Amino acid sequence: MKTICFYFQIHQPFRLKRYRFFDIGSDHYYYDDFNNEEIIKDIARKSYIPATRTLMEMINNSDGKFKVAFSLSGVVMEQLEIYVPEFIESLKELAATGSVEFLSETYSHSLSSLKDSEEFERQVKMHSDKIFSLFGQRPAVFRNTELIYSDDLSDVISELGFKGVITEGAKHILGWKSPNYVYESASNPNLKLLLKNSKLSDDICFNFSKYDWSEYPLTADKFINWVASTPEGENVINLFMNYETLGSMQPEGTGIFEFMKALPRFAEQNNISFSTPSQIIDNYPSAGVFSVLHPISWADEERDTSAWLGNVLQKEAFERLYSVGERVRLCSDRRLLQDWDYLQSSDHFYYMSTKRKSDGAMHKLFSPYDSPYEAFTNYMNVLSDFIMRVQQQYPLTIENEELNALLTTIKNQGTEIHKLEDKLLKAKAQNEKTKKLLEEKEGKTKTKKSSEKESKSKTVKE
Amino acid sequence: MKALMFGWEFPPHILGGLGTASYGLTKGMAQCGDMEITFVIPKPFGDEEKGFAHIIGASNTPVVYKDVDWDYVQQRYGYCMTPQEYYDLRSHIYGDFSYLKTNDMGCIEFSGKYPDNLLEEINNYSIVAGVIARKENFDIIHSHDWLTYPAGIHAKQITGKPFVIHVHATDFDRSRGNVNPQVFAIEKDGMSHADHIITVSNLTRKTVIDKYGIDPSKVTTVHNAVEPMSPEIQNMIVKKGTDEKVITFLGRITMQKGPEYFVEAAAKVLQKAKNVRFVMAGSGDMMNEMIRLAARRNIADRFHFTGFLKGKQVYEMLKASDVYVMPSVSEPFGISPLEAMQVGVPSIISKQSGCAEILDNAIKVDYWDIDALADAMYSIITYPSLYNFMKVEGKAEVDEIKWEYAGKKVIDIYKKLLHY
Repeated sequence: MKTICFYFQIHQPFRLKRYRFFDIGSDHYYYDDFNNEEIIKDIARKSYIPATRTLMEMINNSDGKFKVAFSLSGVVMEQLEIYVPEFIESLKELAATGSVEFLSETYSHSLSSLKDSEEFERQVKMHSDKIFSLFGQRPAVFRNTELIYSDDLSDVISELGFKGVITEGAKHILGWKSPNYVYESASNPNLKLLLKNSKLSDDICFNFSKYDWSEYPLTADKFINWVASTPEGENVINLFMNYETLGSMQPEGTGIFEFMKALPRFAEQNNISFSTPSQIIDNYPSAGVFSVLHPISWADEERDTSAWLGNVLQKEAFERLYSVGERVRLCSDRRLLQDWDYLQSSDHFYYMSTKRKSDGAMHKLFSPYDSPYEAFTNYMNVLSDFIMRVQQQYPLTIENEELNALLTTIKNQGTEIHKLEDKLLKAKAQNEKTKKLLEEKEGKTKTKKSSEKESKSKTVKE
Repeated sequence: MKALMFGWEFPPHILGGLGTASYGLTKGMAQCGDMEITFVIPKPFGDEEKGFAHIIGASNTPVVYKDVDWDYVQQRYGYCMTPQEYYDLRSHIYGDFSYLKTNDMGCIEFSGKYPDNLLEEINNYSIVAGVIARKENFDIIHSHDWLTYPAGIHAKQITGKPFVIHVHATDFDRSRGNVNPQVFAIEKDGMSHADHIITVSNLTRKTVIDKYGIDPSKVTTVHNAVEPMSPEIQNMIVKKGTDEKVITFLGRITMQKGPEYFVEAAAKVLQKAKNVRFVMAGSGDMMNEMIRLAARRNIADRFHFTGFLKGKQVYEMLKASDVYVMPSVSEPFGISPLEAMQVGVPSIISKQSGCAEILDNAIKVDYWDIDALADAMYSIITYPSLYNFMKVEGKAEVDEIKWEYAGKKVIDIYKKLLHY
């Protein structure tokens, strides 16, 4: 039986305010609150809230047969909690239907997987905790930032206990193979892979309202027919997209919500079900190995990491950021750690891209900056200030290992002191004892002597 | 196709960007093939490059008949024209101009610069243009900048040939809005008579349409380009005296170029960065004021003035720089950042300059935004990857901006006018 897996990404970074170099060292607040609030409220009003309402309706009308998966970055959850708490509530309601799965990702929507595995683990755990505290679920399936994936990464992910990963069905890796199967990781056969069906996902994401598209207008009937007419045996259709697709990329006026609402009915007619990633991994066998030597993602024409690390500017900023990673994790200043999380969002690097043509236009569309140079300059200024603060915590002249040793000493000093005190007490007690013994002995000899003396004197007296 | 062009400056004797642009465009058009260009300038020196255009000097064109023999003409004007050409021109004198001050050859003297009696010189230039237009054989007239509009109009009235004007700048750019009514009148007159107007940027195009009330359909933008650098300059090695970073402003120190924003931004950068020096190269009516401003900001020990630079000195200065800044308040095009990028110097330009329309690998700021300007300067000298990226990508980009492409566009405009 064919099944459709809908997955939506929800993410908004903490955009940085205009941070001039003369602010370095004096201003430690980096975020453009006004813009961030404006954007998230706008997108929630246009997309998140009506889309969630639509999904709720779909789940209710299909008696829970419609399934959907989400991943929310930690930074977007924080913003939503501040600015649009009602959306978190409606997601909770949606989660209560049991038709929703939340996927794991890095807390900051970061690129740490490409550089700093320790940081990566920290962020995944932190995110998992956050999801649990909000929605009462422990994610079992992982999706990395912008679907970045490679064989190397699969080791870390399976070590963290995930049973599956969702990623891009990148054509240059897939070749003649179809994305419509479950695959398994080359190095960890227990880790299953779900691949995005780019063609069908893009039809909804980008082509849906394109007047000059040969298939315009796209109806639910037509779309389900395409799914149904995939070759026999290709059972898993993964439709992965940004949640903004519903309502923002495809505004309400295009009829996107009505299109979505009509999907379950036509799917049922064609004997097509809906599943969450976990269900697919549990129910469908793996068709083989999917090996990825160099990281892939779902961004840009190249489907690799060049959207964030394509030019020297992006690489420099990236290297500089993670050069202090180990040190930051030794720090305990909460504000510093919070900034560390926010600065890692991949979006900051995305804005620095100098690509041209259609990809360039996409980068520009999302960027709050006029040019990639401005994005770089601003970020580097902020980063300079951040690194200075890290240095203020502990001077850079001390090696990380030495510092770590010192910090453990400090951390353990309580127990150490306790131990030593105990030892001291014991030693003191011991001392006391021996003293007493000695005294007693001395006392005896003294009394002997004195008695001797006495007796002597007695004898003298006598 | 034959074109008669009127210009005011021509390399190597140039005072600003106009000469460079007219030269580059003419050469680019010649490279496209099938173009014969006659280029009229006020005062030739004989050392102009002649391969691609025939140069006629207004100061060598007689307006009063003088009976001079072949040898004398050869002796006097041999450096720039043949005696036969002198005689041909002499036989097209069309009126009695003996009331004008002429020399022994019947020619009017021109300075070829921007003297105080500029308006008189412009008028004389158009009188001479009448002689040249009668003698020469051409299909189209092309005037470069307002100084030569009257000459072009005159040539059009005599021959009825289509008239194109090339707006390299308007008085609105030069004066920050306080236009000189006489200049405005000449510009407006030229634009009204022109069959087509070429502007060097969309910024200028907008000025022409909005401020001079010209029909948009007859105004087209052809962006300037830049001459490939000669190997001699390319290979020139300049030794820098210090290992400090050098940030350079290069251009006329006038209101139009926004020098005060450069000084103010320099003061901001120097508050944070110590390892940097600023250079203001060029001269102009605001120079003394800038020296005072630098002193008032207490940065005079790190802020240097070079005075006017010419020829090779310009490239020496650029090569010794780490950042080039052009904070122009209103710049119709601005060719100098392109030259800086050619020698691999990262550039910061104002959004109010025409070249910002075609450059991607330069940092663009609003000219009044001193904070942004200072920030951009600081970033380039502080973050090596930004410097290197802009150096490499900037050069690659500018190397693709060629006069040949601009020339092709101008020829296309000619063809449309001539219904080819």
